[in-house]
Amino acid sequence: MMPTDIPPYAPWVILLGAVIAENMLLTNFLGMCSYLAISREMRAAAGLGAAVTVVMTVTSGLCYVVYWRVLAPLGLEYLQLIAFMLVIAATVQILEMALERLSPRLYFALGVFLPLITVNCAILGACLFLQIRNYSLIQSVCYGAGSGLGWWLAIVLLAGIRGRLQPARLPRGMDGPGIALVITGIMALAFTGLAGMLSIR
Amino acid sequence: MAQLPSTRQALATGLWYDNAIFRQVLGICSALAVTNLMRNTLVMAAGVIYAASMSSLTMSLLRDATPRRIRIMVEILIIAFYVVILHLFLKAFLPEVSRDLGPYVGLIITNCILQGRLEAFAINNKPWPSFLDGLGSGAGYAAALIAIALVREPLGFGTLLGYPVMGAGWTRWTLMVMPAGAFFVLALLVWGCRYLSEPPQEGKR
Repeated sequence: MMPTDIPPYAPWVILLGAVIAENMLLTNFLGMCSYLAISREMRAAAGLGAAVTVVMTVTSGLCYVVYWRVLAPLGLEYLQLIAFMLVIAATVQILEMALERLSPRLYFALGVFLPLITVNCAILGACLFLQIRNYSLIQSVCYGAGSGLGWWLAIVLLAGIRGRLQPARLPRGMDGPGIALVITGIMALAFTGLAGMLSIR
Repeated sequence: MAQLPSTRQALATGLWYDNAIFRQVLGICSALAVTNLMRNTLVMAAGVIYAASMSSLTMSLLRDATPRRIRIMVEILIIAFYVVILHLFLKAFLPEVSRDLGPYVGLIITNCILQGRLEAFAINNKPWPSFLDGLGSGAGYAAALIAIALVREPLGFGTLLGYPVMGAGWTRWTLMVMPAGAFFVLALLVWGCRYLSEPPQEGKR
C-alpha cells in the first residue's frame, strides 16, 4: 500500500525545508528536553546532534515501511504509536551494538547519547509527521535527514551561544533553563524569517 | 522519596515543589506546541493527567513482575497502551481537537514527565501512592500548560476559549501565536517561578 496523495515536493526541497523552514525544534518544539539538558557544552551537543541525525534518518525510512507496507495493508493503523516506538528502540539498540563493534571511537563519542535518543520526542515526531503528511519513501527519508540536521544545527547554535554567555551575570532565577529558553526564542524568531522560503506541508 | 507521602503532600509536590515544567523543565515540547488555544490546552492537560496517573498505577502493580533490565521497554509499553486509548478516544469523540493536536497526543509517550515518574517513583512504591504521584505530576503539568495558554490565547487571538475577552479594538500579537512567543512566555514563567523559590545567594553568578 502507498500513501494516497503524495505531496508534490522534490525530496531536496523537503530536506532543506526541514532544516530551515520547519525546524523540528524551533517550530515544532520537539526534542526540547535533551536540547536544554545537553547544550551546556559544545562537544556533547555536537555528538548528540550527530546521533539524532543518524537515528532519525534510519527510523524515518523504517517507519514508512512499517506503516505503509505492514500496518496499513493489515488494517492495524491504530498500532502505529506502539509500532513506531518499537522500531525506534530497536534501531537505537542495533545501532549501539553495531557501532561498538565497527567503530569503537565513534561509539565512545556517541555511545552515551544513544540510549537518550529512544525517548527523544523529535524522533517519534518525525515518524508521525511523515505519516500525517503522506510523504513517499524518498520524501520520508529526506524529511528524517533534514529534521535531524535541523535539530543538530539548533543544539549546536544554542551550545555556542551559551558558551559565550558563560561569564555574563544573569538575574536571579534566570540562569540555566530560563536563559536557554530566551535564546531559543530569539533563534526561533530568526528562523521564522525563513519560513516563507520553502513550504513542505 | 522513601517515606510514603500523604495525599495532600503528593499532590502539592507535583503541583508546585517539583513542578515538572517550571522546576525541572521536562516535557515542555507539548507545553509549547498546544498552548496557543485554551481548548486544545485543556484537552491535552486532561489527557496527560489521565495517562500519568494510570500508567503510574499500572507500573506500580507490575513492579515485582518486571525484570530490572527491560524495565524501560515495559514503561514505554505501559504508557503507549494508555496513550493509544486516548488517541482513539479523541479521534472518535473530539475529531476537531484531535486534528489540531496532530502528533502531539501520540508524543505523550515520549513525554519525559511520565517516564521520569515511572522510573523514579512508581517502580519502587505501592499502587495508591504511585497513583497519587502520577496524578500530582500530571496536575502540575496541566497547571503549567493552562498558565501558558492564559497568556498566549488572549494576547495572540484576543479570545479565551473562543470568546472575545480583550475588547473590540484589540490588535493581535502575532508573535504570541508563533513559536517564538511560546518560548518567551515559558522563559518568563520559568524565571518567575525560580525567582520566587530560590533564596537570594550572595556572590553567586
